Amino acid sequence: METDDREGNRMWEEDSSHKHLLDTMFARGIKRKCFDGEEDIEGTLAGFKSVPSYNLQRQSLLDMSLVKLQLCHMLVEPNLCRSVLIANTVRQIQEEMTQDGTWQVINAQNTGQASLDRLVSSDILCRSTKEQNEGKLVPSYSGFSKDFENTPSQDIISDLSTVTSVQAPRNPQSNNVWEMENSQENRGNFQKSLDQIFETLENKNPNSVEDLFSDVDNSYYDLDTVLTGMMNNTKMGHCDVLESFSSQTTTNSNSNCKSDINELDHIVEILVES
Amino acid sequence: MPEGDTGWKRAFEADIISTVEFNYSGDLLATGDKGGRVVIFQKEQEIVSPLRVAVSSTRHSCGARSQHLPYVAMPQLSNKSRLHSRGEYNVYSTFQSHEPEFDYLKSLEIEEKINKIRWLPQQNAAHFLLSTNDKTIKLWKISERDKRAEGYNLKDEDGRLRDPFRITALRVPILKPMDLMVEASPRRIFANAHTYHINSISVNSDHETYLSADDLRINLWHLEITDRSFNIVDIKPVNMEELTEVITAAEFHPHQCNVFVYSSSKGTIRLCDMRSSALCDRHSKFFEEPEDPSSRSFFSEIISSISDVKFSHSGRYMMTRDYLSVKVWDLNMETRPVETYQVHEYLRSKLCSLYENDCIFDKFECCWSGSDSALMTGSYNNFFRMFDRSMRRDVTLEASRESSKPRAILKPRKVCTGGKRKKDEISVDSLDFNKKILHTAWHPLDNIIAVAATNNLYIFQDKAN
Repeated sequence: METDDREGNRMWEEDSSHKHLLDTMFARGIKRKCFDGEEDIEGTLAGFKSVPSYNLQRQSLLDMSLVKLQLCHMLVEPNLCRSVLIANTVRQIQEEMTQDGTWQVINAQNTGQASLDRLVSSDILCRSTKEQNEGKLVPSYSGFSKDFENTPSQDIISDLSTVTSVQAPRNPQSNNVWEMENSQENRGNFQKSLDQIFETLENKNPNSVEDLFSDVDNSYYDLDTVLTGMMNNTKMGHCDVLESFSSQTTTNSNSNCKSDINELDHIVEILVES
Repeated sequence: MPEGDTGWKRAFEADIISTVEFNYSGDLLATGDKGGRVVIFQKEQEIVSPLRVAVSSTRHSCGARSQHLPYVAMPQLSNKSRLHSRGEYNVYSTFQSHEPEFDYLKSLEIEEKINKIRWLPQQNAAHFLLSTNDKTIKLWKISERDKRAEGYNLKDEDGRLRDPFRITALRVPILKPMDLMVEASPRRIFANAHTYHINSISVNSDHETYLSADDLRINLWHLEITDRSFNIVDIKPVNMEELTEVITAAEFHPHQCNVFVYSSSKGTIRLCDMRSSALCDRHSKFFEEPEDPSSRSFFSEIISSISDVKFSHSGRYMMTRDYLSVKVWDLNMETRPVETYQVHEYLRSKLCSLYENDCIFDKFECCWSGSDSALMTGSYNNFFRMFDRSMRRDVTLEASRESSKPRAILKPRKVCTGGKRKKDEISVDSLDFNKKILHTAWHPLDNIIAVAATNNLYIFQDKAN
């Protein structure tokens, strides 16, 4: 795949050629994405407070939003306005990931040594520094094809832990639910869960709530401990990793707008060529 | 409970104030709380005293910082001489408006929290207000009783019924004065009309009808009729999966009884004319400010969601509150607001954290001053903001015990956004996001404001009054 403006690709290419440096890099922080050659690795030397890649940030936001939706779905009478706003945010991220080619690109990598290299690189990207040593493969939620379904997926927990590391201890039992969630990784199921959420809001039968979670391990409820910490802690300063996310996206959006059309052309080009 | 009653009350969740509203004359101030109670305060009758002249002359010695209205904490201790009384607000009536309910069909609890209170214009000696929780609206009559009848024929003084056969003579009962008693009684209960949570009620200028709005529908009621309401707006999609927008607030025009507005979670306001059709799904006017592409982020939609909409007293403008700003709209111009005021722009870089801890979904209210020359809205850390439209000035004040000793002048506060923090400034990271001022009210005629900070009510007034 040729280098293009898609940030994801560029990252992979750069990292695959500097794999031996990755350990050091991530020990100090996640390399900041380079936009159009401008502001460089501001983050690398700044330690853990450095700005994570846009993809990682976006992924974390997506995960956080899904958690919020699930949680408010569990409440007695969810606040409809809040649910709608969160769902819209999720859709927005999904749309951008589709346009971005993050979805397509990842789906296209099924074979070949070269692609494996890229997969490893993206894996490292998606992991926090803690997870790195544990050597787990971490597909991003609904971004990967079914080939990766069986891998033990901990990225959502690790992303959450990146976010919540300051305030709440990670609950090892809570991994179970997210494994279940990650087993339905394609877009279809993702959309389905959104729909289910709204259906059950509409559906007055209390059993429907149980239906939605019928295949979910009861250890889900342990997530409360992890997430109550996240939700109740209203003091600032704990979201270091994602702190600059908003400002990051402002610069992103400009270039994304420009590259959107190019990306689409590129995708069409690739599909036509193959 | 207000600060001034018996001292500071401990913070219990049930006492969290959820709505504040002055009546039409400003003599009464009603608050609703999370426990379903309504507490009404009454302004003491002011007694003209020679001291009045002395009081107003002290305004000039307020100090150099008199560019903004120097707001003073109301003296609340009532043991002061009445000659010095400046119209304090004291508790007038307390009653339980709503009780928690359980919806057995849905297996859901219905909160008793009072979402909104709206007064009716006064027509006789009694006062009427509408109070609503998520599902049910109630019309309450608050009346005074200061006389008691004595000398009944059919019952003794202690209330026991007399045996009719023992009565040998008839007498006329005499009215005797008694200690003032304020009674609240529910006169109408408007129930079972809302599937979703009621967020607004608004009394029409015809004083006969009112509207109630939930997330997806708006209903029109007649104050006398409880078993029927007309649905005038319905934005529920056939397929709930397609739901992307909800109604966040609604209000009737203050003078035109056929006009109302409602705001949405996408930052739009629709003005509807009830004369055009029975179902006002098609708006007459559509107000939306085009998005600034340079500030676009994943949180753009959430922070554009309007949490409150209020018409000006004149009826010519309306004000909307979104997460970071207050906007004034001219009803004749739909393309963009005529004025925009930043409430706490320093939070823009913290949106992700605020999303994480759910603060980004906080619904702040806003209000106009009596003359429409100023606006007020709340913020975090018990700060509230006032904007003077004509002078183009704004001020940040704090509602807290420490800064509000009676008769103390409120000191303006400043949030430091970066770099060096000056003395008396507070940095963004030190703000307490648990202390949020969501509900404020402005006296319709005077410069007296009521600010609800969690479970405390603060009443401030302009020192010049």
